[in-house]
Amino acid sequence: MRQTFAIGIGGAAGQGVATPGDIFAKIFSRRGLHLNAYNAYQSIIRGGHTFLTVRTGPENVTNMGDRLDLLIPLNQDAMNRHLGLLTAGAACVYNSDTIKPGVPAEGVELCSLPVSKLADITRNKVAQNTLAVGAGLNMMGIGFPALEEVLAEQFKKKGDAVVTENVGIARTGYDYASAHFKPFAWPLPMTGNRYAVLSGNIAMAMGGAAAGVKFYCAYPMSPSTGVLHWMAAHARKAGIMVRQVEDEIGVVNMTIGAAHAGVRSMCATSGGGFALMSEGLGLSAMMETPMVVIDCQRAGPSTGVPTKTEQGDLWQMLGAAFGDYPRALAAPLDIGDCFKIIPEIFNIADRFQCPGIVLCDLLLSEGRLSVDPHDLDFAPSIDRGELITNASSASAANGDGGYKRYKITESGISPRAVPGVPGYTHTAASDEHDEAGVLISDEFTNPTKRRAMMEKRMRKVAGIESAVPPPELWGPRDADITLIGWGSTKGVIEEACEILTEQGISANQLQIRWLVPLHGDAIMDILKDARHTIIVENNYSGQFARYLRSETSFVPTGHIRKYDGEPFMPHHIVEAVKEQLSGKTRLSVPAHEVLV
Amino acid sequence: MATALAANIHVAMADLKGKVDPDWCPGCGDFGVLAAVQKALVELQIPNHNVVTISGIGCSSNFPGFINTYGMHTLHGRALAVATGVKLANHDLTVLVTGGDGDGFGIGGNHFVHSMRRNVDLLYIVMDNQIYGLTTGQTSPTSRVGMKTKSMPFGNIEAPVNPISLALAAGATFVARGFSAEQKHLTELIKQGIRHKGFSFLDVFSPCVTYNHDNTYQWFRPRVKKLEDDRAHDPTDWMAAMGKSVLWDEEIPIGKFFERTDVPSLHGAEPVLNAGPLAYAEMRIPVDVAQAFVEELM
Repeated sequence: MRQTFAIGIGGAAGQGVATPGDIFAKIFSRRGLHLNAYNAYQSIIRGGHTFLTVRTGPENVTNMGDRLDLLIPLNQDAMNRHLGLLTAGAACVYNSDTIKPGVPAEGVELCSLPVSKLADITRNKVAQNTLAVGAGLNMMGIGFPALEEVLAEQFKKKGDAVVTENVGIARTGYDYASAHFKPFAWPLPMTGNRYAVLSGNIAMAMGGAAAGVKFYCAYPMSPSTGVLHWMAAHARKAGIMVRQVEDEIGVVNMTIGAAHAGVRSMCATSGGGFALMSEGLGLSAMMETPMVVIDCQRAGPSTGVPTKTEQGDLWQMLGAAFGDYPRALAAPLDIGDCFKIIPEIFNIADRFQCPGIVLCDLLLSEGRLSVDPHDLDFAPSIDRGELITNASSASAANGDGGYKRYKITESGISPRAVPGVPGYTHTAASDEHDEAGVLISDEFTNPTKRRAMMEKRMRKVAGIESAVPPPELWGPRDADITLIGWGSTKGVIEEACEILTEQGISANQLQIRWLVPLHGDAIMDILKDARHTIIVENNYSGQFARYLRSETSFVPTGHIRKYDGEPFMPHHIVEAVKEQLSGKTRLSVPAHEVLV
Repeated sequence: MATALAANIHVAMADLKGKVDPDWCPGCGDFGVLAAVQKALVELQIPNHNVVTISGIGCSSNFPGFINTYGMHTLHGRALAVATGVKLANHDLTVLVTGGDGDGFGIGGNHFVHSMRRNVDLLYIVMDNQIYGLTTGQTSPTSRVGMKTKSMPFGNIEAPVNPISLALAAGATFVARGFSAEQKHLTELIKQGIRHKGFSFLDVFSPCVTYNHDNTYQWFRPRVKKLEDDRAHDPTDWMAAMGKSVLWDEEIPIGKFFERTDVPSLHGAEPVLNAGPLAYAEMRIPVDVAQAFVEELM
């Protein structure tokens, strides 16, 4: 089992849950430790309940895990909600002035901080947070200078006095713990590695910058807004035009306009905004103008639960916009992959002149992960496909007025001239058109031409399929159990497989990254030998299971689904697998024990 | 709209003839608008490859297919959003947006208002026939109260939108109205709208001879009065323009209501574009900049 250490910080929105989380994250990553952070929060600016989990360790930390080692409740509510989840060896550091502890499980240490005696709480409203951070780090066996360095950075903008004051409070907490609290059994190690810590939204925004995106626009919508924030803050340095638009209909059409003029352009939204973009997706496909749209799923339908995660938009992606058209659809597997997938899908979109959709979710968009900085590659391969950007670049077409924008070819790909190039004027149309771009929806309507154009566009589907790698099976081929997931569940399924294997149930994993094209034959080749297959997904109806069945006729042995807004924890999957192996059920819906 | 003049290229009417002839009904006002746009481009000598004509959906939105420039025939109501993307990606291009009153003031109303306040540098020509033509004659946002159509057979009970007042209120920096039957006057307005650096709105009375029997050529002719003939009219006076915009019935002003040149266009206000159009920009982020982006996360 991987050695990990998890901290939970809970409180009301506005109480400063994020700052201690950021401080821990920085300290861990600078010690060369991996980390994974997930913030369970609500659609409220002040009040409510927020619970941040930061899990760290020397190896990859792929999910938030099952247990907490340290709980820092910032109010009574957080104490009441979470103390019961602590198990032997864990500790709870809390402000004994304002919070009454509950009854913990055996072996859980209650560490009370007399906050008003240790700090001037009239001057510093978040003294309890800083004291708790100091105390916690002491118990983890981390030297004080690491904290001092991060606090100095954190409060630098507020001046030296604020830095000194916070360092002083943290030191008091640190020393108080050393005198009164028992250190954790496993002091946090240190490695020589250095990691970048980032959210999936930042990763996708940076991936866009790396892919050469020059136009990004959006309408704010949780949980996708982080992409807009990174883009807006870095636009001028990265040379990207970033606009906030009146609605998502405007967003998708502006994105198409910029793409048509020759730049790589991208936008991001969540399910509701994506619904407004649907018609635009069809326009991109019909005009054969490539663009990339990111959908960060949240719990639906309708406004749903804006701050909670789900994998419930799959069928919207598959069915978005009427008519048949080629599209590429990929679901990143983790936060590092959020970066990598953007240049990849842009190459596909550009080569095949069609929309590319990235299907992310709140878990990745707003979660944070340590990533090897070398994996944030700003020089990925860029393939713009058959693009005519100047009169002399044209090989497949001529510039004497005979240019056919939608020339019928074997691959279905027609060389694309961008506006401004002499000799290539043409109209790109949303109506069906002929090879030259002339509308065949009015007086020139012609079933033969219509059929030829449909077939030309749809021939690109085969090209996309061969350009995208098929999925692979991870783990032993002859395992007792095969867990099938897609997108963001990669990490938690991986850990569930490890736990199951340790417990004597060998397990392997098939994780789907490219949803369109699906590579049904390759999937069937993998699954035909599987003994017991279970599809794990974060939605009610088994959207992927239904999709896989529709494409391959494959029916799994069982399903594990969760649609309460919170992500899977490893034990949810492990227990469900055991339940299904015992023959009790073929559909498990694990309950989320943490009330967030 | 900025113009992009290329040396040694002579633009003639023949260069601007589309791949197919317009299939508008004989007598449609849109013919006059097409001819005026072509004349304006010839008079301004803008090479056709530097022009992008973008439309939505509707009779008048078939316009890009009938003129030989780069063209985009987009979704119903979305032409301005697409055009904004085109202009921001390559501000060297002359962007013309063409469409009808339903496309622009109905389904596209939201983009219309926001494009004006953004002062996107383009010329937006609305061929306003006060009716839905391609869907065979329903009430439009500019149909008069009382007008009987297939969708409101007992007469329209909704007040029409006033495109000129709306454009003035939304911050358009060039606001004008033309009449399809006044070719010279219309051509001049189009030229001015193209030259204007910012959002130019040109509402054109373009009678629908098939479905609108109220607002015909005969109805407009005695009513339209050119603002250029009114010596007292000062197009830099916004309040006066607003006053003129509400005139209707007996006397309907056409011409330039308003122009201001002191507001930067959207692309002019964004320093990212200072180095030139993004369409020609290096795609790769400089190594030191990329390194700094990663360092922020460590």
